[in-house]
Amino acid sequence: MSTPGRSGLIFDEALLFERSRVDRPGIPLEDPEVPCVDPREVIEPKLVRDDIEGFPELSELDVVRHFTRLSQWNYGIDSGFYPLGSCTMKYNPKLNDLAAQLPGLVDLHPLAPETAIQGTLALAHELEEALAEIAGLDRVTLQPAAGAQAELVGMMMIRAYHRSRGDDQRVRVLIPDTAHGTNPASAALTGMEIAEVKSGADGILHPEQLAPLLDERTSALMLTNPNTLGLFETHAEELAERVHAAGGLVYLDGANMNALMGVAKPGHMGVDVMHFNLHKTFSTPHGGGGPGSGPLAVRNILAPFLPTPVIHREGDRYRLDNEFPYSIGRVHAFFGNAGIYLRALAYIRTLGAAGLTEVTQRAVLNANYLLARLREQYDVPHDRRVMHECVLTDRRQQATGVTTADIAKRLMDYGFHPPTIYFPLVVHGALMIEPTECESLESLDAFIEAMERIANEAATSPELVTGAPRRPKVRRLDEVRAARHPRLRWSAPDAES
Amino acid sequence: MSYVPHTPDEIHTMLECIGVSRVEDLFDTIPRSLRQRAELKLPAPLSERSLLAYVRARAELNLSAGRSSSFLGAGAYHHFIPATVDALVSRGEFATAYTPYQAEVSQGTLQAIFEFQTMICQLTGLEVANASLYDGGSAAAEAALMALRLTHRKRIYLSPALHPHYQQVIRTYTRGVGAELELLPAETDGRTATTELAPDTAAVILQQPGFFGCIEDLARAAECAREVGALCISVTPEPLALALLRPPGELGVDIACGEAQGFGVPLSFGGPYIGFLAARQKFVRQLPGRLIGETVDSEGQRAFVMTLTTREQHIRRERATSNICTNQGLCMLRVTIYLALLGRKGLRSLAEINLSLATYAKSKLQQAGLRLPYSAPTFNEFVVEVPDLEARHAALVEQGIVPGLPLGELDPQRRDQLLVCTTEMNSREDIDRLARELTA
Repeated sequence: MSTPGRSGLIFDEALLFERSRVDRPGIPLEDPEVPCVDPREVIEPKLVRDDIEGFPELSELDVVRHFTRLSQWNYGIDSGFYPLGSCTMKYNPKLNDLAAQLPGLVDLHPLAPETAIQGTLALAHELEEALAEIAGLDRVTLQPAAGAQAELVGMMMIRAYHRSRGDDQRVRVLIPDTAHGTNPASAALTGMEIAEVKSGADGILHPEQLAPLLDERTSALMLTNPNTLGLFETHAEELAERVHAAGGLVYLDGANMNALMGVAKPGHMGVDVMHFNLHKTFSTPHGGGGPGSGPLAVRNILAPFLPTPVIHREGDRYRLDNEFPYSIGRVHAFFGNAGIYLRALAYIRTLGAAGLTEVTQRAVLNANYLLARLREQYDVPHDRRVMHECVLTDRRQQATGVTTADIAKRLMDYGFHPPTIYFPLVVHGALMIEPTECESLESLDAFIEAMERIANEAATSPELVTGAPRRPKVRRLDEVRAARHPRLRWSAPDAES
Repeated sequence: MSYVPHTPDEIHTMLECIGVSRVEDLFDTIPRSLRQRAELKLPAPLSERSLLAYVRARAELNLSAGRSSSFLGAGAYHHFIPATVDALVSRGEFATAYTPYQAEVSQGTLQAIFEFQTMICQLTGLEVANASLYDGGSAAAEAALMALRLTHRKRIYLSPALHPHYQQVIRTYTRGVGAELELLPAETDGRTATTELAPDTAAVILQQPGFFGCIEDLARAAECAREVGALCISVTPEPLALALLRPPGELGVDIACGEAQGFGVPLSFGGPYIGFLAARQKFVRQLPGRLIGETVDSEGQRAFVMTLTTREQHIRRERATSNICTNQGLCMLRVTIYLALLGRKGLRSLAEINLSLATYAKSKLQQAGLRLPYSAPTFNEFVVEVPDLEARHAALVEQGIVPGLPLGELDPQRRDQLLVCTTEMNSREDIDRLARELTA
């Protein structure tokens, strides 16, 4: 079954610059009631520009139609089922958008005096405490602007911790072969070196595979749990014990916290520092790729190294503390993505402990149901109980010439956003499916039926699959051409060579 | 509340299909010793109505720019945001989509980013740009890292008029790769002196306009950098200045970065914002983050797609140019809509209005007997010396006037200096009142 229905009128829409007409009046500006200054009278003329060449000139309605049409070419959670693995595409409650944008919050200047920011600091402090409780760790910073920045900050803190103990030689970071690409990229930015840890045939890490890599140069293990195969790292506690015994620390990539909230605390598994992706677990909008927010929770031993400023509470007053002598320093111009983390606070405050636990339980229920049904037609690389997501391969379809990418594109024709594909890298032709807790049995069944039909099509009429998609506004794109002849901006036709 | 749709019957059906009897059994790969026994200690859940009342009560404790007469700038700018920006950016098709990995169903986000990239190029006078940076501070840090990779050198000179927070972020980001950061001297007019550069310099980083408001001579800085084979990087936290000043790319700047918050993104206590970074075409393979390019589909229609991804973490892992994977989508969209609404003439007019207000404020404060320490030209921000500033500042805040940023908070030697910013949000009356109250 596909998502039934037809498309409304979907229009073509030129670029802003192509729609522009010279001298078309845009939105009116207010008269400032002070004498108008000619820029060249107060600034050396050689420093003043004449015009912004090529910039568009459009009416307000032109702009509204332009972006409305563009929006209609997008697929969002609000449009339909979006099982993009590892991205937790759950419903983004409208309430949270409203709460974070209330006057007083949305128009607060980050450098306003301390007396002027007490309300926001109180909310931020409350979120820090809630996240510390969920993590089972001691302190939280809301500074990192995204999960990837949190990884970088966490690894900087780990390095600063080792240095403070005279362990300058601890520069090797152990990263499983199933990890997100950001993990090695973030660790490398701190100047440390990466060693890959192989996961076992069962898809998880085993202490005996880790042991030979541990020595006096070990800085940290960067773990994702559940890992990107959707499997819980059952030996997490022993892995952490071994890393600690060797003098290293354990970092947790918290991308998959939607499988653990209220069920198990990373702090109890030996994790020393972890990040949250608020846009995943805590429902803040993904926004077409951002902005995210990546709070970091740490054990007390790492607290002296937190980035500045740090919220400090004294009774019912709050202040931003910059006097942190061991801090790794500042990582953001101001104080992280308040507009995002306040949405996450609204989510936590409306769900409460029971609601968050229910989220985890239903996310895991949905993923296991999908796997139970899909395994009839698709190959499952690791036969273990999954948590919040499951990974399939295209192994059974390969003989027909149909690949994972084809299956993904064909899903669009059935009205679904495709899953994450070709990741994790350890699985050939991976299809990584994360339904989240928000999907009903009907939407899961509709997706399963589409996947079954695609498997049948692959066997009987593969050109239906390899020729997909047909339903979206554009057909399959020529990505090679985009990379070989990069056109990364519009230029006026007569300006082109 | 938890936004889960399952009926009890459906849960039963699903468990049966999976082959377990209880939801708890699904967690059997987590060792019993690691499972939480007690419920999370969190406050009791709030209803929709009570949540809003609770947040509103705290919001009212803030003295926000909208509720005061505020002259704060210093990297975050209070500009008017047309209603159209919020209306369009709130569309669920934009807000609830993710990174456009699947281009065929993400053309809206992709075309908008392509338009953003183009407008940043037009404003900066450079050839390539992207929408992948968290804020101005990390954009400056990524530009510094780019320069280290491109030149294989370690020494970076920072202007003393580079935002102190940006300086700190650059320091944090470059520590791991062993950069040597040095401060350039300042000239008496408030501009940066760029003549004494060591021969092993990787980059010179100047802010335009500088943190203290002074407009730099970027052409001279770029010339000095070129003489020693270094790159010249400009950083612009107030993007509206780009509508008025010669584009950095025309003046020999190699990488122009900064903060685009001023273009339709609310203050929101410092984030989310959107850094921008534009560079010469020849540096494109060292750019951090996502890039969107034009191509065609199998029927020859124009379409857009993420491209040159071999620089990125999901392919290159530890050898990537950066760990960044955001494209600050919603902030990118705000900026693109805002710039489309103001357009070629409107943006320029708005910049001239800001300049006129600041010029008026400077003369008003001078007439009131206050001294302006710097003679270099300014845009919408400038420094004024106010005797006994600390006490006056506190008294004004009590009256709902935030007169600017007292610079003594950042540098004890600037105890009497106030950084004042005027935008279209400050009326003539506000400015007259500021001049009166600062000298009362």
